[in-house]
Amino acid sequence: MMGNDAVVWPADLPNSYIGRAVPRANLARLTQGRGEYVSDLQLPRMLHVVFLRSPYAHAEIVSIDVSAAAGMPGVARIVTGAEMAGHCTPWVGVLSHLKGLKSAPQHALAVDRVHWQGEPVVAILAASRAQAEDAAEHILVEYRELPAQVDMFEAAAPDARPIHPELGDNIAFERRLDAGDVDAAAAASDHILSRRFVFARHTGVTLEARATIAEWNRAEQRLTVHMGSQAPHMIQNIVARHLNLSEAQIRVITHDVGGSFGIKVHIYPDDMAVCALARMTGRPVKFVADRIESFTSDIHARDHVLDGRIGVRNDGTITFFEIDDITGIGPFSVYPRTSAVEANQVVNLTGGQYAVPNYRARTRVVFLNKTPTCQYRAVGHPIACSATEGLVDLAARAIGMDPVEIRRRNLIRDDGYPCSAPSGIRFEALSHHAALDKLLAMMDLPALRADQAAARTRGVYRGLGLASFIEITNPGPAFYGVGGARISSQDGASVKLDASGCITVASSITEQGQGSAAIIAQVTATAIGVKLESVRVILGDTDTTPYGGGTWASRGAGIGAEAAFQAGRALRENILKLAATILQSAPENLDIHLGVVVDKLTNTERLTLAELARIAYFRPDTLPQDFQSELMATRHFVPREYGFAFTNGIQASYLEVDTETGFIRLLKHWVVEDCGQPINPLLVDEQVRGGVVQGLGAALFERCHYDGQGQMINANMADYLVPMAGEMPDIEVAHVISPTRESAIGAKGAGEAGTAGAAACVANAVNDALAPLGVVITEIPLSPEVVLRALHGG
Amino acid sequence: MIAITLTVNGETIAAQVEPRTHLVDFLREQLGLTGAHLGCEHGVCGACTIRVDGAIVRGCLVLAAQADGSVVETIEGLSDSGEISDLAQAFIDRNALQCGYCTPGMLIAAQDLLLHDPSPTREAIREHLSGNYCRCTGYHAIIDAVQATARAREQA
Repeated sequence: MMGNDAVVWPADLPNSYIGRAVPRANLARLTQGRGEYVSDLQLPRMLHVVFLRSPYAHAEIVSIDVSAAAGMPGVARIVTGAEMAGHCTPWVGVLSHLKGLKSAPQHALAVDRVHWQGEPVVAILAASRAQAEDAAEHILVEYRELPAQVDMFEAAAPDARPIHPELGDNIAFERRLDAGDVDAAAAASDHILSRRFVFARHTGVTLEARATIAEWNRAEQRLTVHMGSQAPHMIQNIVARHLNLSEAQIRVITHDVGGSFGIKVHIYPDDMAVCALARMTGRPVKFVADRIESFTSDIHARDHVLDGRIGVRNDGTITFFEIDDITGIGPFSVYPRTSAVEANQVVNLTGGQYAVPNYRARTRVVFLNKTPTCQYRAVGHPIACSATEGLVDLAARAIGMDPVEIRRRNLIRDDGYPCSAPSGIRFEALSHHAALDKLLAMMDLPALRADQAAARTRGVYRGLGLASFIEITNPGPAFYGVGGARISSQDGASVKLDASGCITVASSITEQGQGSAAIIAQVTATAIGVKLESVRVILGDTDTTPYGGGTWASRGAGIGAEAAFQAGRALRENILKLAATILQSAPENLDIHLGVVVDKLTNTERLTLAELARIAYFRPDTLPQDFQSELMATRHFVPREYGFAFTNGIQASYLEVDTETGFIRLLKHWVVEDCGQPINPLLVDEQVRGGVVQGLGAALFERCHYDGQGQMINANMADYLVPMAGEMPDIEVAHVISPTRESAIGAKGAGEAGTAGAAACVANAVNDALAPLGVVITEIPLSPEVVLRALHGG
Repeated sequence: MIAITLTVNGETIAAQVEPRTHLVDFLREQLGLTGAHLGCEHGVCGACTIRVDGAIVRGCLVLAAQADGSVVETIEGLSDSGEISDLAQAFIDRNALQCGYCTPGMLIAAQDLLLHDPSPTREAIREHLSGNYCRCTGYHAIIDAVQATARAREQA
């Protein structure tokens, strides 16, 4: 570990569980099929809702006739947009710190006009989902089709017809940045390389589709929302606001969640409708998206075209980066996180790993009549990383320098921190060079180069690609709060000693499989000094957990677990005060070892926590009259000094391109990442591997195909390709550890790392493989069609 | 409605089902066995994998009426019988599941492989599990867990 001898890191404490690869405690119920996902729940008197959705990308609603459907078997109620508007107010997805960002009011169910294929129009409630689907087929909606904006360049043109006439044009947001002196740097360059990078629109494809059940208790005037959300307190706030309730009237419970990756950090129009419908009917209402609905209503992401430029001198010095980025979002900026954040991150992140002060950028965010886009795993990272690392490889090739060498010469030095990037983002302590060295030690580069050369003599095209990256984690209020969104940037934990000497900890972060519960237990057990198995964790319930942001943007370990650690330390102090009173000792002379109070000097056991709790709870009469024990403690945490904990890493891919078929076979993948102090290395490694494979999906397969009318034509899992086991390589993972000094534990996030750099190193590897053929491809997914077009023209 | 009689996890079940009811919906909604999950509802994701008369099938591609007279085993039954307890423990030890939604189907598919090929290569494991989609893990840990189970069973 890096660092200063004066600091005692919690990972180094005796009996610390921090840094240990212990298995997650709550997995048996998932392996046995005894999890409790929202899609599994059945409540008494529950109705099922099916949404009739727009078949058009853009159309006026002329009329809706529900009469034939209303009398069908099992149908309880049918609600149109006009009626829904009286129960749920519309919203506008803007943030004030993204200056100029605009959007139009959006309703839970479309009123008068539909704006994308998949927008919900009519809600049908019936006793079963099948009956609701039967009835939906008998609803007659007459549409008058309108011209759809489906091309981001056409939609951005000054004379383009605006999707929302009141907004004047289709430009939702534009940002420009000009740092250093790009023109002077260009004049001083030996080579300037330009290239267009294309990133397809893709989506999250959580295996459990979005599922929501809302139930309204008419007696209590209270709404319980069962939703697999990453951010339950955000959901509570938004539902209250748009149903005209107080937050105290809303309880959000997340249960087990079948995958999220950002798909489930948002609230969707159909979710809002479910909440309103529960209140309107007084009955539990269940919505589970089917797969076609998931593809056309879950948020999409990426869909960027980026023109990049890099300057380089013959000695390998990179002189400037310049990007002109454009992205097509949906017809609305998604509420409340907005659809401008990905583009904003592209501007923030591009070139940020290099010591290059000259940087010019523009991004434009353009409304389209397609499914709305918003934040999905590694927001903006793969775009910035692919452009940056693709340009760096082009520069290296132009001057005949090895890709490793040009990175060594230009990556920010490991002793150069703290520092800022030209975009203004601030780095506390990153480790690009240590990560590069470690990667090379893992890979055996000379052997790979020899294998590549041998393969070429057989007419086989193998290539090796690198991608260094920076990663945004531990976001503070600068992400959303300062822009006016009521999304908590702090998290909290309450830790309690129960009467049997066991610990219960309730945390405001949530679990979608990352291991949130496991790391909360590890840090809490360490902070107090108890055995891991004596800690029980409660997550995902706004009635029982402290207020907080939840699990997204790689903040669970760095922010949520730190709050639990601080709460654990506070409870430990309270326990020691009580123990000192009971034992007629002083707190500073006592310690807690694995659930037993001991003498600090001799380690002699004095009192178990079970006995201490028994006295506190049942025999306080034996304690001094002026002593009140407090065996519960709550703490909250948010990083203060840095807006984000930036982290870094590097990836490499070795692959083979079949120049006859255009197929790419991944042979091996390597990652070195730096998440500061890992709380559980087993979980960190699997976060990285899972993230890599999501990035590989984007690199090779994943694309939402739209036709010219704005119809998504591959909205099913047979035609939308996702990575499966057979195509994926083994992935070696290693770490450099540069703890943040913003917290006691020193943890940064790791959830974006894999996805951030995977596509970039695959593209660089493909271009390395095809170098003898003089072909460069900077478009993903690298489908066989894209590869063959590049090889053979046309 | 159609009357069916079948064995589910060793228990004889007599039920009335609609002709259009899929076996996985019958298991989940009428029997409350929610371990088989719905992912794609057209046979490509593997989340609803169950065992019918000893062979693994997609519960979303079989009608409940077709299962009349069959022996059906779900993840709950295979867990209670202990048949896959070592495989499940290997998944837990290796953190070969994250959200867990694919895991019941993945375990049943992996057990099917191990019954037919006790010492599969990594490539054979990847190939056999290629019909089971996992968005969380990246598959590497799953392959490790299946391989570890195969080795342990061979030594047992």
